[in-house]
Amino acid sequence: MSEEFKIEIVNPEKSFLVKEDVSEVVVPAFEGEMGILKDHISIISFLKPGIIKILSKSGEENYYVEDGIVEFKNNNLSILTSSIFNVADIDKSKQQDFLKKAEEESVKEEITDQSKYLIDQKIEVLKTLN
Amino acid sequence: MASLDDLKKRIASVKSTQKITKAMKMVAAAKLRRAQESAEKGRPYSEKMNNVILNLSSGISDKENAPKLLSGTGNDKVHLCVVMTSDRGLCGGFNSNIIKKAKSYFSKILSEGKELKIITVGSKGNDQLKRMYGDKIIENISFKESKNANYFDADKVGKIVIDKFESNEFDICTIFYNQFKNVITQIPQSQQIIPLNSEDSEENTSDESYEFEPDEDEILSNLLPKNISTQIFKAMLENSASEQGSRMSAMDNATRNAGEMVDKLTIQYNRSRQAAITKELIEIISGAESL
Repeated sequence: MSEEFKIEIVNPEKSFLVKEDVSEVVVPAFEGEMGILKDHISIISFLKPGIIKILSKSGEENYYVEDGIVEFKNNNLSILTSSIFNVADIDKSKQQDFLKKAEEESVKEEITDQSKYLIDQKIEVLKTLN
Repeated sequence: MASLDDLKKRIASVKSTQKITKAMKMVAAAKLRRAQESAEKGRPYSEKMNNVILNLSSGISDKENAPKLLSGTGNDKVHLCVVMTSDRGLCGGFNSNIIKKAKSYFSKILSEGKELKIITVGSKGNDQLKRMYGDKIIENISFKESKNANYFDADKVGKIVIDKFESNEFDICTIFYNQFKNVITQIPQSQQIIPLNSEDSEENTSDESYEFEPDEDEILSNLLPKNISTQIFKAMLENSASEQGSRMSAMDNATRNAGEMVDKLTIQYNRSRQAAITKELIEIISGAESL
């Protein structure tokens, strides 16, 4: 029996990625990284900035997300996100760009604790890229 | 009667106008295809978002403390209307249809003695509304620089709306936009986004219960602001498809009308040319006879 399930990543502009032969997905859920295998219980959670790791027959793929919602139901994993990038597409200059923006954001005074936490996460993840 | 020269000039000018409208129609057709495509591509996101929210709100533990974006403030005194129009003209009844719909809603609200606040998105709507409702317009947003409707613009509008909601500036928020049905039909729509109107969406209460991480309330309070932006984005996509469709049919009509006008003017031109020749001939003949 195959241990595969379906993943669908959509962003507001289009359906970003659909894959039917996924064996494991690791998502950066708000309260910590979460690995999802087939027949996981139905769950809704949202994402913090981090890396989505998708393991399938065709190998491993990594995507960088800044926010989003995950929903898993009947072996269908849907990820709704407004900002997602393939890690392979992020080069040095792009990474620096993101980092600069995030750092600017983090020194603003009026941010709440929660968004401060999210931005710190973002900076940390961006630093680990490449 | 206009002289031959005048007629000639008019024909030339109508012809060049026709060329312009024809080109605009072509451009609109090309843009329409793209806009329609992105409107279709954008649908899964808003549908999924809606589904998740439905599942969440049916599973929410105590309705009393539900986030205000979902349940409303409990009042309906101050209405905020977001009127979404285009930045460019020459698109038939596109803008005036939205404005008409919005105006009838405005007068209904005002006659009920409620307070009205307006945000216009797109400069054309602002132009048309500021004469009658100038004092009610609290914000005017325009995205002239961005070529296509994109999510960041929608997010900006969404953030403004949410900021105003959180500072208790209004109770109910409605957006006005044109829904794209096909090239000749666009339906002006009004949609209430705050508080979320869950009655008109079918209740698909799945028996399956979800696990939430963190708890429902927290997810919901994170999700609802995003949903506002998503709904606005959906409206923007529909609007841009409608705008191009409307412009295409308007320009098609204009091209046809210009063609008819050229035909009419050409006939008139030929008739008067012939009349002039006949007149000259008569003059020559009668001159020869008198000799």
